[in-house]
Amino acid sequence: MTDIGNAFIQAFELVVGLDPDLAEIVLLSLKVSLLAVFLATAIGLPLGAAVALFRFPGRGGVIVLLNALMGLPPVVVGLVVYLTLSRAGPLGVFGLLFTPTAMIIAQVLLVTPIIAALTRQVIEDLWSEYEEQLRSLGAGPARAVPALLWDGRYTLLTTVLAGFGRASAEVGAVMMVGGNIDHVTRVMTTAIALEVSKGDLALALGLGVILIVLSGTVNAAAFMLKEAAIRKHG
Amino acid sequence: MDARTSILPLELSGVSFTAGGQRLIKDISATFEAGPRTIIVGPNGAGKSLFLRLCHGLIKPDAGQVLWNGGGDATPHQAMVFQRPVMLRRSAAANVDYALHLKGLPRNERRELVAEALARTGLSRFARSPARVLSFGEQQRLALARTWALNPQVLFLDEPTASLDPAATHSVEEIISAFHDAGTKIVMTTHDLGQARRLGDEVLFIYRGRILERAPVDRFFTAPENDLAQAFIKGELLWWRRGEGAEENEDREEGE
Ligand SMILES: Nc1ncnc2c1ncn2[C@@H]1O[C@H](COP(=O)(O)OP(=O)(O)OP(=O)(O)O)[C@@H](O)[C@H]1O
Ligand SMILES: [Mg+2]
Repeated sequence: MTDIGNAFIQAFELVVGLDPDLAEIVLLSLKVSLLAVFLATAIGLPLGAAVALFRFPGRGGVIVLLNALMGLPPVVVGLVVYLTLSRAGPLGVFGLLFTPTAMIIAQVLLVTPIIAALTRQVIEDLWSEYEEQLRSLGAGPARAVPALLWDGRYTLLTTVLAGFGRASAEVGAVMMVGGNIDHVTRVMTTAIALEVSKGDLALALGLGVILIVLSGTVNAAAFMLKEAAIRKHG
Repeated sequence: MDARTSILPLELSGVSFTAGGQRLIKDISATFEAGPRTIIVGPNGAGKSLFLRLCHGLIKPDAGQVLWNGGGDATPHQAMVFQRPVMLRRSAAANVDYALHLKGLPRNERRELVAEALARTGLSRFARSPARVLSFGEQQRLALARTWALNPQVLFLDEPTASLDPAATHSVEEIISAFHDAGTKIVMTTHDLGQARRLGDEVLFIYRGRILERAPVDRFFTAPENDLAQAFIKGELLWWRRGEGAEENEDREEGE
């Protein structure tokens, strides 16, 4: 009991004292996840909108695939990225395995399907509501894209936040492809896993608290955005 | 309307539309000239909305032709107001502005047109309100404001006052009259026969995908030639006639 109590006190000191080790881990986590979500958004938003608005052969297959990929187990993604980036793999020459870049790639693969699939749903719903009116005003689906993205902005932002949530909370894939190397690829989730197994509860707890605060903030932001949108636009 | 070349007359020849294995519009031919306001009446499911959408170009006929002044693209010069107003999630003014943006007008020209259209429809004080929190009647007026700004030569309206209260109906009717006075050709459906009398110059009676009667408004309401049209304006239900003379053609065709 006192061990755990002490751990809490130490964790508190680490967080409040901006312990450099802890800060480094938090910053790397944020850097990796934010970049991954940025890239996943850049790919997933147009992809989702395109699947929603245009009819092409194999469209049904793409939708099923996106929905299936949403639930992809992170360790599978980790394995695939590992095999691809490992020395003998197709992209082995770049020497990316066990670097932050490898972790970003894994997270992009995890998050893009979420953003694409949810974007498709949002844009498709909006388009079915607006189609006749917009066509009447002279806009086909291609010209309507900016308006649809803009009108879906609140929901799309929650989608992106959900993606960030998945990226920052994920441990299996980044552990495999990043290797949890101190000062290089150690992020919050992998550090927690390691410190707990080593018995260093203070750092693990400190990081855990930060992770919870972070995901709590993200969720609260998503919730408030949605509420604001409903209040404003009905 | 001003110096532009007119997109009218609108000519439909042998237009049919099929969906779900059913012929819903059956071989309609009709011509619409500039000027007289055309009111389309007919029972629920007769095909009035489909007819407007075919004219407006939202759906394509699977037989026959819809021609504007002998051919050419009329899309920018015609507009439609739907039964349920569809507003984007932005302010009232921005909704009008967006329609002008799609038409390709530069920003500096749009501002004045937006303000004028909102003033015309009595919506100036709502300019900055989010469009979708406006009441149903206000949104319908906003739809008319959006159309006003576009200054179309032809305006299709699909039951624009359905589910509006008398005051809102009155103000929508006034705006429609203003369109007419400005030279816009009105083609409108309604279930309100009083409104048809008030706003119409001619009436077109559609029944089961066909035009059964077309007459000046006075004659339509005093001495309609078609017996189904007579029954319709007397408020008698039309389905009891199923299987009788007027229906025989229909049934044979639907069995195709
Ligand atoms: N896409 C479609 N697929 C199948 N049937 C359709 C489709 N669109 C319309 N219909 C049918 O066509 C018929 C005519 O529809 P329409 O909406 O034109 O009627 P309406 O005269 O406008 O009726 P109301 O007065 O109720 O508005 C209806 O029976 C409707 O169910
Ligand atoms: Mg209708």
